[in-house]
Amino acid sequence: METFDLLMQGFGIALEPLNLALVIFGCALGLFIGAMPGLGSVNGVAILLPMTFLVPPTGAIIFLAAIYYGAMYGGAISSIMLGIPGASTAVATTFDGRPLALAGKADQALITAAGASFIGGTISVVLFTLFAPPLAEVALAFGAAEEFSLMMLAFATFIGLGGDDIPKTLFSIFIGLVLSAVGLDIISGEPRLIFGGLPGFFHGINFLVLAIGIYGIGEMLWTIESSHDGVKVSQASFSIGRIATHLKGLKHSLKASFMGSFLGYFVGILPAAGATPGSIMAYGMAKTMSKDPDSFGKGNIEGVAAPESANNAASTGSMLPMLTLGIPGSPTTAILLGGMVIWGLEPGPMLFVEHQSFVWGLIASLYVANLFAMLINLAFIPAFIGVLRMPFTILAPIIFVLCLVGGYAPTQNMHDVWLILIFGIVGYLMRKLDYPLAPAVLAIVLGPLAETSMRQALLMSDGNLMIFIERPISGPIMGGAVVLFLLPLLKLLRKPRVPVSD
Amino acid sequence: MIKRSVFLPLIALFSALAVLAAGPAQAWEPKKPVDFVIMAGKGGGADKMARLMQSVIEKHGFSSKPFVPINKPGGSGAEALIHMKGKQGDNHTVMVTLNSFYTTPLRQPKLDVDISTFTPVGRMAEDTFLLWVNVDSGITNVDEFVAAARAAGSDWLMAGTGKGQEDQLLTTFLNKAYDLKIKYVPFKGGGRVAKELAGNHCNSTVNNPSEQLGFYQAGKTRAIASFTPTRLPLFPDAPTFKELGKDYVYFMQRSVVGAPGMSDEAAAYYRDVFARVYATDEWQAYMTKKSLMGGFLTGPKLKAYWAREKAVHEVILKDIGEI
Repeated sequence: METFDLLMQGFGIALEPLNLALVIFGCALGLFIGAMPGLGSVNGVAILLPMTFLVPPTGAIIFLAAIYYGAMYGGAISSIMLGIPGASTAVATTFDGRPLALAGKADQALITAAGASFIGGTISVVLFTLFAPPLAEVALAFGAAEEFSLMMLAFATFIGLGGDDIPKTLFSIFIGLVLSAVGLDIISGEPRLIFGGLPGFFHGINFLVLAIGIYGIGEMLWTIESSHDGVKVSQASFSIGRIATHLKGLKHSLKASFMGSFLGYFVGILPAAGATPGSIMAYGMAKTMSKDPDSFGKGNIEGVAAPESANNAASTGSMLPMLTLGIPGSPTTAILLGGMVIWGLEPGPMLFVEHQSFVWGLIASLYVANLFAMLINLAFIPAFIGVLRMPFTILAPIIFVLCLVGGYAPTQNMHDVWLILIFGIVGYLMRKLDYPLAPAVLAIVLGPLAETSMRQALLMSDGNLMIFIERPISGPIMGGAVVLFLLPLLKLLRKPRVPVSD
Repeated sequence: MIKRSVFLPLIALFSALAVLAAGPAQAWEPKKPVDFVIMAGKGGGADKMARLMQSVIEKHGFSSKPFVPINKPGGSGAEALIHMKGKQGDNHTVMVTLNSFYTTPLRQPKLDVDISTFTPVGRMAEDTFLLWVNVDSGITNVDEFVAAARAAGSDWLMAGTGKGQEDQLLTTFLNKAYDLKIKYVPFKGGGRVAKELAGNHCNSTVNNPSEQLGFYQAGKTRAIASFTPTRLPLFPDAPTFKELGKDYVYFMQRSVVGAPGMSDEAAAYYRDVFARVYATDEWQAYMTKKSLMGGFLTGPKLKAYWAREKAVHEVILKDIGEI
C-alpha cells in the first residue's frame, strides 16, 4: 500500500491550484501543437522550456509533460482531418482516420481517437504506478540484438499493409529504406548518399519531411486533380446526437484500444523505440487479429483506436526509462530530461529516492492530464469539423502554408522545404501510378533503428547471426516476427485465391 | 552668404552631437534573437549543457534578446561547422562545441573548415573521462581490468559514442598502452552508452561522469581509473592513469564559439555574456556536480588552446589511422 500512499501524496501536489492550471493549460497548448503538421511535441516542449522559469520546478515539469500528453491527442487531429500526420506517432492514424473523414465520419474518427487515447493513457499510467522499478529492469535488459528483433516484429506486423500488389509494396519499402540510409552512418562515421556533399543531407532525411511531402503536398495535388472546382474536402456533419452515438460506439473498438495500450506501453518503455514503432505495431496487430482485415486502410474504426491508444500509452511508457535510467525513450523525453537537469532533478536510478514528491507529483499529474486532454479534445471537435466545411479553394492554400512552415520549423533549414516539395510531387506521381505510400513512410521511421541495432549486434557477435536467436529475450521476439512474416504466406497456401474479375 | 555661414557650423554641431550620442559608451547589443547552434543531437551532454546555458541567460536576463537553440548534429558536427562557415561576418550566431570541433575538420578535409577563423567566445568547462565497468564484473582496479580484457581478446566490448570520436581515441589508447584487443562498438549518445554498460551489454565504457553518474550512485557501475591529471573529488577511489604509470590525460572541451568574422563589438558582447554565465551559482553547481574542470578561457588564450588541442588530436588521429 506504500505505492498508494505515495500516489495520494502525488495527487495532493498535482491538484494544487497552480499545478492544476498548468496541466490544463499545457494540455490545451499541446493539443494545438500536436494538431499542427510538422510542429510536434518535440518542438513544442523545446520552445516552451524557458517559459518554465516562471514557476517552481515540479510545476514546470508537469507543464511540459502535459504539453507532451496533449500533443499525443492532437497528433490524431491533423491525421484525420487533413490526412497529414501531425507527428511521426500519428502516422498509423492516417491509414484509417483519413478514409473515415473522407466518408463523412470525421466526428466518429475524432471521438474514437480521443476515447482510445484516454484508454491508452489510463492503462499505461496505472502500469507505470504499479510496476515502474521492475519495468526499468526490463528496459535495461534490452540491448542491440533485442532491439533489432523488436524492429523485425514491427516490420512483420505491417507486412500486409501495402495491399495486394506485392512488387509495388516492396518497391515502396525499398524507397523508404534508401531514403532512411541518407546521412551520417553511425557505425563507420562516413556520410552516405549525400549527393556530392550537400550539407543539408548530413543530418539525414527526417521522417517528417517525407510524411509532410507525401501526405500534405502529394495529397493536395491528388485532391486538386480528382475533385473539380467547388468540391469540399469531405462532407462533415456534426450534432450532439451523433456524438452520443459515437461515444456509445466506442465499445466496438475496445479490444483494439486495450491491445494497443499494452503493446504501446511495453514498446514505449524500451529506450530508443518510443511511440512511433509502438503505434505502428498496434495498427498491424489490430489488423492481423481482426475478423475483417480487408476493411483496414479503408476506414475501419479499429484502425484509429489501436494506434491512438498505443501512442498515448507509449508516451507514458517512454517517461519510465527517462525517470529511472536517465535515458530518454523518445526525442521529446530527451528535452524533458534536459529540463529536469536544469532544475537539479537528476533523472536516473536515484530520482525515486531523492525526489520522491516530484516523481509522484508528476505521475499523478499524468492521470489528471489524461482526463483534461480528452475533455478539451472533445470540446473542440465541433471546431475541427468546421475546418472541414471550408471550401477546398480556401483550405488548400492553408494546408500548403502549414506544410512548408511545419517542414521548416524543426531544423530551420530551407533544404528540407525543397525536399518536401520534391517528395510531394513524387508522392503524387506514385499515387497516380497506384503505388502504396504507407510502406515507404514506415520504412523511413523503422529503417534507421533496425539498421543501427543490427550492425551493433553483429559487431558484438563478430558477424554471427545466432546472436538474435540465442539471447533469451531476443529469441522469442524474433520467433514471433518470423511467424508473423510467414502467416500471410500460410493463409495464401491454405485458401486458394479468389479469381479477380476484371 | 550669411545664411551659409550659419548653416555650416550648425551641421558641424549636429554631427558632433550625433557622434556623442552614438559614442563609445553605447555597447553593442543583439538586434534579433541569437541563433544558438548546438554541434550535437538533442538530449546528449552538449545539448543538455547548451540548454542549461540558455536557461541561465534567460533567468538572469544576461541578454536583451533570446538565445534560440538549434541542433545540427549531422556528420559528427560537420553540418554545424558548415553552417557556421556560411555565417561569415554574422553577429547573431554562436555555437556550443566539443572535441569534434577539431576532429571533424581533420577527418573530413573536404569540408574546408578552418577553425582558427572562428571567433573565440569562451571555454565554459573541460569535461572529464573515466574508465567504467559493471559492478557485476567484480573488477575493481585497472590490473584486474587488463587481465580480464586480455583473456577475452577481441570479445571484450567497449561501447562508445561514435566513430573517430573521443571514446574511440581513448579505447585506442587503452589497446596500445596495455596491449589489448578491445572491440569498439559505437552507439548514439553518451546516455545510451552508459545504459549499455549498466545492462551488461558491453564490458566497459569511457563515459563522462555526467553520463554514468546515475548508475554509479545506484551501485550498478564502477569507475576504476580517470583520464585526468589528478583524482576527481567525486571519485576519490579511481586513480589517474598517470599514477598507474601511463602518462595520459584527455579532456573534452565545452566551449562557445562565434561565427568567423564576427565584429569585435559583438564578440566582446558574447564574451561578457558567457563570462557572466560561467560565474553564476547555477553553472558552478553544475560543474561541481558533474565533475567538470577548467576555468573560463577566452580571446587569444582560447585560440591558443584550440591550436594546441588541434595539434594533439592530429597526432592521435594519425596514430589510429583515421587520417
